[in-house]
Amino acid sequence: MQMAVENPEPLLEVTGLSVEFRTERGWTKVLDDVGFSLGRGRTLALVGESGSGKTVTSLAVMGLLPPRGSRLVGSVRLDGRELVGMPESKLIETRGRDIGMIFQEPRRSLNPAFTVGEQIAEVVRRHDGLSRKDAWSRAVEMLDAVQIPEAARRARHYPHEFSGGMCQRVMLAGALVCRPQLLIADEPTTALDVTVQARMLKLMNDLQADSDLSILFITHDLAVVSEMADDVAVMYAGQLVEQAPIDELLVRPQHPYTAGLLASSPDVQGTVERMRHIPGSVPAVGNWPSGCRFHPRCEYARGGQCDSDPAVLLQVGRGRLSRCLRTSELTLQGVQT
Amino acid sequence: MNQPDDALAGPPLLEVAGLQKSFVTRRNLFGRPVSHEHAVRGVSFSLQRGRTLGIVGETGAGKSTVGRLVLRLTEPDSGSVRLLGEDVLASGQRGLRRLRRRAQMIFQDPFASLDPRMVIGTSVGEPLLLHEGLRGARQADRVGELLGRVGLRPEMADRYPHEFSGGQLQRIAIARALATNPDLIICDEPVAALDVSVQAQVLNLLLDLQAERGLGYVFISHDLSLVRSFAHEVAVMNHGEVVEFGPGAELFDNPQHPYTQELVAAIPVTGPGRRRTNAAAAGPPSSPATRPVVPPLLEGQST
Repeated sequence: MQMAVENPEPLLEVTGLSVEFRTERGWTKVLDDVGFSLGRGRTLALVGESGSGKTVTSLAVMGLLPPRGSRLVGSVRLDGRELVGMPESKLIETRGRDIGMIFQEPRRSLNPAFTVGEQIAEVVRRHDGLSRKDAWSRAVEMLDAVQIPEAARRARHYPHEFSGGMCQRVMLAGALVCRPQLLIADEPTTALDVTVQARMLKLMNDLQADSDLSILFITHDLAVVSEMADDVAVMYAGQLVEQAPIDELLVRPQHPYTAGLLASSPDVQGTVERMRHIPGSVPAVGNWPSGCRFHPRCEYARGGQCDSDPAVLLQVGRGRLSRCLRTSELTLQGVQT
Repeated sequence: MNQPDDALAGPPLLEVAGLQKSFVTRRNLFGRPVSHEHAVRGVSFSLQRGRTLGIVGETGAGKSTVGRLVLRLTEPDSGSVRLLGEDVLASGQRGLRRLRRRAQMIFQDPFASLDPRMVIGTSVGEPLLLHEGLRGARQADRVGELLGRVGLRPEMADRYPHEFSGGQLQRIAIARALATNPDLIICDEPVAALDVSVQAQVLNLLLDLQAERGLGYVFISHDLSLVRSFAHEVAVMNHGEVVEFGPGAELFDNPQHPYTQELVAAIPVTGPGRRRTNAAAAGPPSSPATRPVVPPLLEGQST
């Protein structure tokens, strides 16, 4: 695994990020003091279930939260520049040039009325000021780089003429066309079939190899995380609950929620009489339990401690954090190897 | 588990043979069909009581269509479907009603399959009214029982679908399916929309109900890992055909058909040491010479 030797500063550094949304009942906190850093050429996976705050985190990093309906505190530094509070015009520039994004439903993010070549060329024209002709050849080059066969011909096709997997490649081409330093991928393969997913994940890994592209990979799927991530941040109920290098997290999780997620992954279960699961359900946003937010579902929760004392994020090893009051007493089971 | 149960002799619960269905994809100026999509081509399988048949395949493989054909939600072009020995396709209106009582279906999106303007008690009670003519207090008692069985409180009957989480709604859909005391439930991606930690709860409920009532399941899913741990037998579908059939674990450990091999190799695996090794389905790790790279910006292109 290569390290960015020449530049030890992380590319992306998020600290103390909290977000509130305006609701009928006033301001509701959806993200609570989230922080992490992402090194150059590395992939950090944000893992969580619905309502955990992983997508809000990615939107906050990109500055895409609605200005009227939300408020945000904290800091998001990209390559040493603070993005929080940056004027919108500069933010727009940064977003296209330094940050690329792909989402779960590529077809919804593409304009059905323009050819895919035009849409990618538009990005370079806008951010790099290329001529129409140069921008077009750049778009074709990029479609070729994401391994769309006959890129020059396919560039003249419309989104509906592509399959879901090919649309996601088109999105990736558009996201990387300005050679950004950071790619944010929010559940990019969730809607794809398994064979298409495997090819897409490999493509992303290949494009990252030998480059210093950093990827913030957002997903609920720990199997996909295993294939993609260097480091993992697990989120629950708007907070970060565990952070670790991928293999350490898989083999020896430190937070009971992570251990529960691992145990309930279908491919870890094998053939069993009954499936292991976490009781209860994910709490609704803003309706978070007191104390440790996971305590009502936690088999290790201790009354008088876990239900009252707020759990803080503790350093539990090199590059490892866990938000569990009992973390030092527990030995949790990970994936058997 | 996965041992054939010899106590279950007699006609199979479900016997499907040579099932065919094609849809018209284009018509000419005069409304005559000019092209067809063969969604299901000669599918055959059988299922015993108390067993689960998993149907896996990718988008467009025809797995959901098979589920719909078995229940005659879509009429097949040809083939036969027998439920406990009775020919489902030959039965008229009354036969169809009996079929719907014995065979139920649950879907991926439980919110979409429940009427948002009806309290869930009414939704669950509807089959009781239709099939048994149960009303009033007797219906309410049965609804309460059913909700209790799927792990909800009877008084929740007065609430509307939007007041429940996804996992609870899927329990409600299961309660409604159970209302007619069916022998067979077709489960079409029943947990695909649920959080991972909640998926297993719903699957455990299905397992318990199976053990209790000898229910047979046809379990349709795109998630191969899930089917592996849940189904006794598995049918792999591709382009409308069953390309491989066998006991779940065996089929996944030792796939015979090239398509199954491709599918199995593509399954992402939760475990250490996977990073940058990549699934075999996508080919071996690329050598630096053939690896795709983002092309550098052209001369004078960067600012």
